[in-house]
Amino acid sequence: MEKLVFECETGNYHTFCPISCVSWLYQKIEDSFFLVIGTKTCGYFLQNALGVMIFAEPRYAMAELEEADISAQLDAFNELKRLCLQIKSDRNPSVIVWIGTCTVEIIKTDLEGIAQQLESQIGIPILVARANGLEYAFTQGEDTVLASLVDRCPKQYPELVSEMESLKSHPSLVLFGSLSNTVVNQLNLELKKQGVSVSGWLPSQRYSDLPVLNDKTYVCGVNPFLSRTATTLLRRRKCELIYAPFPIGPDGTRAWIEKICLLLGIIPNGLEERENQIWLQLEDYLQLIRAKSIFFMGDNLLEISLARFLLRCGMIVYEIGIPYMDQRFQKPELELLEQICQKFDLFMPRIVEKPDNYYQIHRIRELQPDLVITGMAHANPLEARGISTKWSVEFTFAQIHGFSNARDLLELITRPLRRNES
Amino acid sequence: MKLAYWMYAGPAHIGTLRVASSFKNVYAIMHAPIGDDYFNVMRSMLERERDFTPVTASIVDRRVLTLGSQDKVVKNITHKDQAEKPNLIILTPTCTSSILQEDLENFVDEALQESQSDVILADVNHYRVNEFQAADRTLEQVVRFYIEKAKKDQTLDLEKTKKPSANILGILTLGFHHHHDYREIKRLFYELGIEINQVLPENGSIENIKKLTKAWFNFVPYREIGLMTAIFLENEYQMPYISKTPMGILETAQCIKEIEKVIKNIDQQIDFNFDQFINNQSKYISQAAWFSRSIDCQNLTGKKAIVFGDATHAACMTKILAREMGLRVACAGTYCKHDADWFRDEVEGFCDEILITDDHTQVGDMIARIEPSAIFGTQMERHIGKRLDIPCGVISAPVHIQNFCLSYRPFLGYEGTNQIADLVYNSFTLGMEDHLLEIFGGHDTKEVITNSLSSDSDLTWEKDGLAELAKIPGFVRGKIKRNTEKYARDKRISKITTEVMYAAKESIGA
Repeated sequence: MEKLVFECETGNYHTFCPISCVSWLYQKIEDSFFLVIGTKTCGYFLQNALGVMIFAEPRYAMAELEEADISAQLDAFNELKRLCLQIKSDRNPSVIVWIGTCTVEIIKTDLEGIAQQLESQIGIPILVARANGLEYAFTQGEDTVLASLVDRCPKQYPELVSEMESLKSHPSLVLFGSLSNTVVNQLNLELKKQGVSVSGWLPSQRYSDLPVLNDKTYVCGVNPFLSRTATTLLRRRKCELIYAPFPIGPDGTRAWIEKICLLLGIIPNGLEERENQIWLQLEDYLQLIRAKSIFFMGDNLLEISLARFLLRCGMIVYEIGIPYMDQRFQKPELELLEQICQKFDLFMPRIVEKPDNYYQIHRIRELQPDLVITGMAHANPLEARGISTKWSVEFTFAQIHGFSNARDLLELITRPLRRNES
Repeated sequence: MKLAYWMYAGPAHIGTLRVASSFKNVYAIMHAPIGDDYFNVMRSMLERERDFTPVTASIVDRRVLTLGSQDKVVKNITHKDQAEKPNLIILTPTCTSSILQEDLENFVDEALQESQSDVILADVNHYRVNEFQAADRTLEQVVRFYIEKAKKDQTLDLEKTKKPSANILGILTLGFHHHHDYREIKRLFYELGIEINQVLPENGSIENIKKLTKAWFNFVPYREIGLMTAIFLENEYQMPYISKTPMGILETAQCIKEIEKVIKNIDQQIDFNFDQFINNQSKYISQAAWFSRSIDCQNLTGKKAIVFGDATHAACMTKILAREMGLRVACAGTYCKHDADWFRDEVEGFCDEILITDDHTQVGDMIARIEPSAIFGTQMERHIGKRLDIPCGVISAPVHIQNFCLSYRPFLGYEGTNQIADLVYNSFTLGMEDHLLEIFGGHDTKEVITNSLSSDSDLTWEKDGLAELAKIPGFVRGKIKRNTEKYARDKRISKITTEVMYAAKESIGA
C-alpha cells in the first residue's frame, strides 16, 4: 500500500511573520492589548499587512526599539514600564500581551523576568509570547500566544460552577484555537447535538473568562498549527488531549466530532447523514473542481487539512508545502488523508516541509496545476504566466470550520476557476 | 523605546530593495528571518507586478544563530548567480541581521570568488536611516561601484553627447506616481530638445552606468532619492545637476529656466526659445493657469488647507496652493525630518505654520485644531480626514493600492498641473453646490453622527439644539458640532440649546 512521503527542503520560502497573529487575536480577546516589542521592520510589516485595520484604533502597538535600546544604553525594564503605564492609562486593558520579536531574541532581553516584576508593579497581567520569525511561521504566532495563556487559566472551578459541571454526563471539554464567535457558536451547537457541552474555549472572548484546565479536562484543537499549545496543555496542566483530524470540510468535521464523542464515551448519532447532506449541497461546486489539480506552496500550516478535504472533493493534489510538520499532533489528520487516497485510489501527494519557493516554482512550471495556493508575493507573477492562483492568507481569515462553512471554503477555492470560466 | 502605531517612512532595507529591484537583472538577497520578505508582497500587490520580485531571503533562524550564517549566505549568493545569471547581487542586511554583527563584507568577498556576478553589500545603518535615505545611499553606492570599475577598466565614456542630454535619477519602484511622472518628464525633455541619456534606477541597466558621464547634466526630480548620486557625479566628473521638482506651473517654469542656464553654460550656440515654450505650455497644455482665474475657482480663495507629506511633494503642493490657487495654507508639514531645513526654507512665507514630525498623532491633533476645509496629505491624513469629515487629496507616499492608478496621472510637468488642479478642485465642495447647500440646509436631514476625536462626551444636546444642528449642511456639520461642544465645555455648559450654538458661533466668529 502506498504511504505518505515526507520531504524537507531549504526553508527559503515566503510567509507572513508570526507577529501577524496580533491582528486576529486582539479582536478575539476583547479586553486585551498587544504590544509588539520590535523594530521598524516589524511595524512596517504590521501596518502594511493589516491594511485598513490600522486606522480603526487597534488595541495593539509597537514598542519600537531604538539604537539606544539595542546597545543597552536604555534599561528595558524602565522603558517597558513607561510604555505599559501609558497603555494602562489610555486603554485600561485586562491583559497586556508582549510579543517578543527576532531582535528581542538576539539581544536576549529577559521579557519573562521583566513581565513578572512589572505585572505586580502596574497591576495588569502581562503575558509573554515569543512569536518571532527565527523560529515560527505565520499562524504559529497564535500557537505561542495560546501556549502562554494556558498558564493563566484557573485550575479549579468556583464551587457553584463545580457542582453544575459535575452534573454533566461527560468530563469537561475545552476546545483550543482562536475562531470567530460565529464559528465558535456553530461548533458548540454541532457538539451539543451529540450531547456534548463545551465547558470553555482557549482563548475566550474576554481574558477574565479563561477556561478551567486541570488533569480532568479533555482538550481538543481546532487548528493544525497549535502543537505547542497542545504540548503545554499536556505537560503543564496534565489535560487529556484528544488527537483528532481538524473540523475543516464536512469529512474533517465529522471525524473531529466522532473522535471527541468516542473519548468522552458518547455514541454519535446522525453524523453520517449530516455529512452526506452537506456533500449534496456542495455538488455544484464539486463539479467545478473534480479531477482538477492543485499545488500548495505552503505558508500557514492549514495545508494538510485543506488538501485532505480537497482530495475528498475529487481534486488531484500534487504537492503539499508546509512550513512545519508536527507528525504527532497532526497524526489523525495525516491518517485520514492517507485513508482517503487509498479508498478512492488517488495519487498520494508529496508533503514538503520547509519548502524552497524557487524549486517549487520550477515544479509548478512542469506540472502546470489548475490551481496554486500561494502567498501574495507569487500570486500575480504566476497569474501572469497563466497559472491560476488563490491567496493562502484568505484561508486564515475566512470562516472555514464546521459543516456550515464547507460551502464558503469551496467558494474560495473555486473563485479563480469560476473567474477563468466567466 | 517608542510607542508607535504607524510610520510614514519604512525601514532602511525597503529603500535598498526598492533600488535593487528597480534595476534590470539585479538581485537582492536579504539576510533576514522568516517573514521579512514582505517587500515582495508589496511590490507584487501594489505595483501589480507581472514578474517575480528579484528579492530572496537568506533565512536567519536558530541554527544560524548558533553556527553563523556564512555558509548559508555564500551558498544562496552562488546559487542565485548560477540560476539567474544577474549582473549584480546586492546583499541586504536587515535590522535583525545588523545586530548579529556578522562580517557580511567577508561573506561577499568569499561569494565573489565563485560567482560570475558582481556582489556588493548594501551599506546602510538600520537604526539611523529610513527608507528614503537608504534608497538614496544605495543608488549612489551602485553608481559609484560601476563608475569606479569602468574607470579602472578604462571603459568610462566621458565624451559628451552631441545634442544636450540628461540623466534622470531617482525614478523607482513603489514610488508615488513615479511611472507617470517619468513619462511626463520624458515628454517635457523631448519638447525641449533634450535627449535622455540614462534613467536610474527604474529599468536601468548596470552595463550602461559607465555611460552616465556622457550626459550634459543630471536631473533629480525628487529630493528624497537621487541627490547623493548627482552630488557624487558633480564632485567627481563636474556634471552639473538640477534638483528642482517641476511640480506646478511656476516650479515647472523655474525648472526649465534652470535647465536652460545649465545648457547654455555648456554650449552658447543652443538655439531654443525656452521662454516661448514655457509660455505656450502654460497657456495651452496646462489648463491650471486659466482654471485658477476662472470664476469657479474664486470660491477657493482664502479657504484653509493643510499639507503634509514627503519633503518634495509637501513643499511643491504648499506653493501651488498658496501661489497658484489663492488658498490659505494653514499648516505645511513633512515627515522627512532629515531634510527639515530645506523644507522650512522652501515653504517659508507660503503657510501660517510649519510642522516637522513623523508622529501621526501630532498631525491628527494639528488637523483637528485647525479644522481646514481640505487636507492634502498621505493615506494617513486621508483617514484622519474621514474621521473628522474633512476631504483629503492624497499627494504623497505612504499610499495604498488605489494610488497606483492604471490611468495616466502624473504630478510633474504640464499635464501634472492639470491633474493637481482636478485633485484640489474635487477635494472641495464648491461653487453653486456650496451656496445651494447653505440655502436649503444640506443634502439630507439624517441624524448627526458623533465623530469628534474625543469619544466620550459629557454633553447633552437639547431637542432644539439638535434640530438646529440638522439644518447645517452635512460637510460642515461635524465642525460646527465640535466647535459648539468645545465652547460649551469651556463655559461649563452641559446642555446645548440653540442659544448655546449661536453663542458658540459668535465667540469663534465662524
